[in-house]
Amino acid sequence: MLMDWKIGGVALGVVFFLAVLLVKPIGVSTQFVILDGIIGDAINNELVVKTDEGYTSSNAYLAKSHGKYAKNVANPLNYSFIFVIAMAIGAVVSGVARRETIEERQVPSLWRKNFGDSVAKRYVGAFIGGFIVIFGARLAGGCTSGHMMSGMMQTSLSGYIFTLGVFAAAIPTAMIMYKRS
Amino acid sequence: MTIFLAIVIGAAFGFVLDRIGTTNPNWIFKMLNLTNLHLAKTILMAIGVGSVLMFVGQMAGFVDVGHMSVKTAYVGVGVGGLIMGFGWAFSGYCPGTSVAAAASGRKDALFFIAGGLLGAAAYMVSYASIKGTFLMDKIAGGKVTLGTIPGAKYEGLTAIQGDLLGIALGVVFIIVAFVLPNKLVGGDAHSDAVPAE
Repeated sequence: MLMDWKIGGVALGVVFFLAVLLVKPIGVSTQFVILDGIIGDAINNELVVKTDEGYTSSNAYLAKSHGKYAKNVANPLNYSFIFVIAMAIGAVVSGVARRETIEERQVPSLWRKNFGDSVAKRYVGAFIGGFIVIFGARLAGGCTSGHMMSGMMQTSLSGYIFTLGVFAAAIPTAMIMYKRS
Repeated sequence: MTIFLAIVIGAAFGFVLDRIGTTNPNWIFKMLNLTNLHLAKTILMAIGVGSVLMFVGQMAGFVDVGHMSVKTAYVGVGVGGLIMGFGWAFSGYCPGTSVAAAASGRKDALFFIAGGLLGAAAYMVSYASIKGTFLMDKIAGGKVTLGTIPGAKYEGLTAIQGDLLGIALGVVFIIVAFVLPNKLVGGDAHSDAVPAE
């Protein structure tokens, strides 16, 4: 069922290594910003504009670092964005062999044990969690992939600071919220 | 070529994330409430293996040091980590696993992603006012590694040779993965049973 941690750990480590060997370290959370930018630019095509030097935006975040994000919004067929779409394809392939029940796919069993069977409650919780996670990850400049895995693997100080922060908050939160297991 | 690599490496990443259980919030909750550390062992092993391979490759000369990408250390990294950690424990998903989980069929992950897109938008809007605050103050010079890596464009926090330190730390991560017990909390007989799926 679940992959043995030794095999799974080596497999995951090899994927992170191949990414650095062939292209660059793995990161995901930036792409939430890029997708927002693509949606925003579709609604208001003044959001991202081309300049002589590249791209810029009326939004300060998209415009930062010489319009690095603005450029990716304007060209969605870039490595990092396609990478995240490909992740979904890989997970579909892995998931077809193992189908959880519809109940589990809506409300994970441990959530259910602690907070009941309400599907709406879980969806609202997941939505709020998503908001908090991505806001925090963007403030930090990376997430579990970019800071924790890629960062600590490269011995970067930022990866260690991030990981300390994450577990300092996550462990007490989980111990309080998920008492029944 | 890079698009081809994005598809191959991305798909491999999504596949492995699902196989090792990270797309299942129950495993995240159990790791974080310390009742089942299987996933923590997997992550430690992965960081260790990735680090050893990369730094051995650099020393042997077949891994381009220029492919490294070290992020800046600033106050917001720690504060954002605290915020993300709370949300991670609360929901059971992080940015990467939510995408893979939704693809593997989990409906709640779609709501996480929708919330995430709103959270990203909220950050984009508030960035202009956050930018000038202490949250962006660099720590120890910002883009630094623990040792000084030969040929890298990053400063070292110490003068220790960075690639050797990277290999040593990688080995430490692997050892910790082995010695870490399967659980730190939960002494009752039932918790040894196969976890409910």
